[in-house]
Amino acid sequence: MHAFDYHRASDVTSSLALQRQLGDSRFLAGGQSLLPMMKLRFAQTANIVDLRDCDELCGIAVEYETLRIGAMTRHADVAASKDVREAIPALADLAGWIGDPMVRSRGTMGGSIANADPSACYPSACLALAATINTTGGDIDADDFFLGVFETSLGEGELVTGAEFAIPDAASYQKFRHPASRFALAGVFVARFGEIVRVGVTGAARSGVYRWLEAEEALSRQFSVEALEGIHTPITEMNSDVQADAEYRAHLVDTMTRRAVLDAMTRSRD
Amino acid sequence: MPTLKLTVNGRPVSREVPGQLLLVQLLREELSLTGTHVGCDTTQCGACTVHLNGRPIKSCTTLAMSCEGGEVTTIEGIADGANLHPMQEAFRANHGLQCGYCTPGFVMASIKIVERLGPDFTDEEIREELEGNICRCTGYHNIVKSVRAGARAMAAHGGSAPVRREGEERVVDSTRSMLEQISELDPESNEAHDAASGKAK
Repeated sequence: MHAFDYHRASDVTSSLALQRQLGDSRFLAGGQSLLPMMKLRFAQTANIVDLRDCDELCGIAVEYETLRIGAMTRHADVAASKDVREAIPALADLAGWIGDPMVRSRGTMGGSIANADPSACYPSACLALAATINTTGGDIDADDFFLGVFETSLGEGELVTGAEFAIPDAASYQKFRHPASRFALAGVFVARFGEIVRVGVTGAARSGVYRWLEAEEALSRQFSVEALEGIHTPITEMNSDVQADAEYRAHLVDTMTRRAVLDAMTRSRD
Repeated sequence: MPTLKLTVNGRPVSREVPGQLLLVQLLREELSLTGTHVGCDTTQCGACTVHLNGRPIKSCTTLAMSCEGGEVTTIEGIADGANLHPMQEAFRANHGLQCGYCTPGFVMASIKIVERLGPDFTDEEIREELEGNICRCTGYHNIVKSVRAGARAMAAHGGSAPVRREGEERVVDSTRSMLEQISELDPESNEAHDAASGKAK
């Protein structure tokens, strides 16, 4: 890694002030993406502002129809949370399938969302669960937040502080994992709110995480695997790399979507 | 350079360190605790696994400064003198290692698996939980056996207390026969013992 100076403040306000004052700097959440990227010199900075002491960014709260998770809440804590398991079990599953136990000890929800890795799991849940992303620059609908590969609408010097997930009647996350990295080759989050169904897809498309509108329409008419008859992912939109070509990824999206629907049907809350 | 204060294996440590210093560099290069290994340096292999405030982490992907005020436990900190931790003993008795390079990470990860899941779990669960540790020698079969035996031994010893090797009646049944087979070996000159205890460099 290139040399940098390490800084830390005790709350969000002073962390933001510190970052502004330092200029060339990056926020550090769990560091499970940023530090590897810095080691590979894909990212570098003169200053790191560690958010570890910002206690106000940690925590899980269920309020009426919403589950809110603070940005610095670690994956392991989301996976183990009774509140998350009760409100949105599919989200607890998702957190428990990220990386491995050591990565989940450090990695945070806010870091995952702000980084917007095209293979990260959380962004698919944000889209499917109609999340509101809380930032220091204001609230942003998940639909407007994820702009592309490693690209969000988060402004310069702004920080994700949390996310509010709408609690669905039924949901499931199905992920086909890369066998080594555990990132999603294709991950599909299906959520049903009454008759309205939302489908978030990660890991698969060239443009990053997306909502699969055609599947949503069909599933909102009838929530069943049969409703997806004849509906297939467009291969031309899929990413193609050494791990999986576009045709295979499209097939995985189709399959994971159907598995998620089946699973959600057995886990309905209503 | 900022001054870093933390506790490593129960001992207070104070060092001036550069911001970019990784925890594993602090352990190996500053504190000479070379039982914690660097395998891939890309957050995949788990050879660098240590405990920070009771949680397993990859020390190659954690800044030393981020651990300030914390309690770090490495492979050197889990045995009681010559008495191996039950999980170390289980890896040794079940041949859960060949070259031993990955072993400190496996042992540190496995202790936390048992603390999380309790003594009873399936082989599938062990394999899933060990996703973050890579071994290029064993084919994992004996590692799974070791974790299973280590879990029972940890339960039998009331959590994480080290195994007293001189009192063989305290070693659990599943490891007894293996221990008998190798009991004539001097533990201090035993490569498996060294690897499991982090003494192999």
